[in-house]
Amino acid sequence: MLEELGTNDQGDMIINIGPQHPSTHGVLHLVITLNGETVKKVEPHLGYIHRSIEKMCESLSYRQFIYVTSRMDYLSSHINNHGCALCVEKGLQIEIPARAQVIRVLMDELTRLASHLLWWGALAMDLGAFTPFFYSFREREMINELMEDTCGARLTMNYIVPGGVMMDLHPDFQRKVKEFLRLFKSKIHEYDDLVTGNIIFQNRTKGVGYISREDAISYGCTGPTGRGSGLSCDIRKLYPYEIYDQLQFDEVIETDGDSWARYKVRVGEMMQSMRIIEQLIDNIPEGEFQAKTKAVLKLPKGDFYTRVETARGELGVYIVSEGGSTPYRIKFRSPGFSNLSALDHMSRGGKIGDLMATMGTLDLVIPDIDR
Amino acid sequence: MFIKEYFKTIYLTVSSLLKGMKTTGYYFTHQKEIITEQYPEVRPVLAERFKGEVIMPHNEANEHSCTGCQACEIACPNGTIKIVTKNEINAEGKKKKAIDTFVYHLELCTMCNLCVVACPSDAIIMANNYEHSVFDRREFTKVLNNPGSKIMEGIE
Repeated sequence: MLEELGTNDQGDMIINIGPQHPSTHGVLHLVITLNGETVKKVEPHLGYIHRSIEKMCESLSYRQFIYVTSRMDYLSSHINNHGCALCVEKGLQIEIPARAQVIRVLMDELTRLASHLLWWGALAMDLGAFTPFFYSFREREMINELMEDTCGARLTMNYIVPGGVMMDLHPDFQRKVKEFLRLFKSKIHEYDDLVTGNIIFQNRTKGVGYISREDAISYGCTGPTGRGSGLSCDIRKLYPYEIYDQLQFDEVIETDGDSWARYKVRVGEMMQSMRIIEQLIDNIPEGEFQAKTKAVLKLPKGDFYTRVETARGELGVYIVSEGGSTPYRIKFRSPGFSNLSALDHMSRGGKIGDLMATMGTLDLVIPDIDR
Repeated sequence: MFIKEYFKTIYLTVSSLLKGMKTTGYYFTHQKEIITEQYPEVRPVLAERFKGEVIMPHNEANEHSCTGCQACEIACPNGTIKIVTKNEINAEGKKKKAIDTFVYHLELCTMCNLCVVACPSDAIIMANNYEHSVFDRREFTKVLNNPGSKIMEGIE
């Protein structure tokens, strides 16, 4: 590959973006063929942060492998843990206490909110506005402190375990969540003033990185990327897990398929997450936070598949068990990998500056792609 | 028509920029609402559950409550904990398993809390320490039980 870098025989320039580049948010290597300023081809090169998590999981027991999955999509680590715990519980066929279910959903939605806040700041930074980053981190910091109170960690919590959650909620949790919601609502107008209402930002995202509904389906785009193209793909609505079928929230769908539509979907999802948290925060049932499980978990022979909606799309967890205490094979269907595969299709024919906007609205987390 | 659109866009751009600058200006003049922490001078107050490192609490009589059952060693996904046991002869003249050294490799630990959950006698807990950098890698390997420490009475 390396000898092709420079100029090819058609006179197009081939340049590298990454592996170390501020706008790739990680170690992603893009080889871009340019005709002047027009992008002709985008070729992602992966593997810089491959840690063979799937192989590692084969030697870890069903309690131990969950902590590794926090390191895949580190911005929605709770939801990754949730998906794995659900899959193990499906194999064990155990009932989860009502309190644990509510805590799990609350934590999932807070994680989604925190992840979207980080994305919002990082996207604005990609497009040249540095200040919004600090505004979104101010609110995200409050969620991180909530997590630190209850789970003891800020990013890789390992809080959701097979059978329920690891520890009970911190006594201050409800008060602090309500305080966060009140503060966040009073600050939303700043978000609109700074970025959403900005004409420069709108012009840089409208009509940029278009993908049609059919293409989104064939590339396997899920999450806000798919929903921005009018594809109804919210796992919380389509295949409800835990208590999502009893909650009132809307699936945010935009039909334009461009970066602006994906931006609107994510901002809308933040509001829906707040709606879910508001419904649950006063209705946490009393009782056990963890079901009684055996000391050594052994899944029956067979294969089990569950899926959850992370902040980036659909995460599938597939476990093949031979009946022992460790899985025979684990496969993760990560949302980032499929969303990245659509990047070439989205950015062809656009300008190189628009590539950053497209990549920003895909919300790529590189450890999630490489695993 | 085109020129009209052109100037309209310029007007909207400048007005939306000014709207954003208004927010920036608000915080420029209201410096008390800025929440930046001056880290090395002002030490942060950490949550009580914050997972910094594994420690083994001892009481005043230099006693811990670890029985040497190795449940934490089995629960650990990374091989962070290594327990060396010895046979001790107790007051009734019976042989009893006790810990010799509780070796903890801080550099391998991911603070997943599985060992603390697995411990049947609550002998190890997570501490709030967070500044772990040392000059020599060997200092990461720690022995958690104090020298000359014994197991507490009544813990099996």
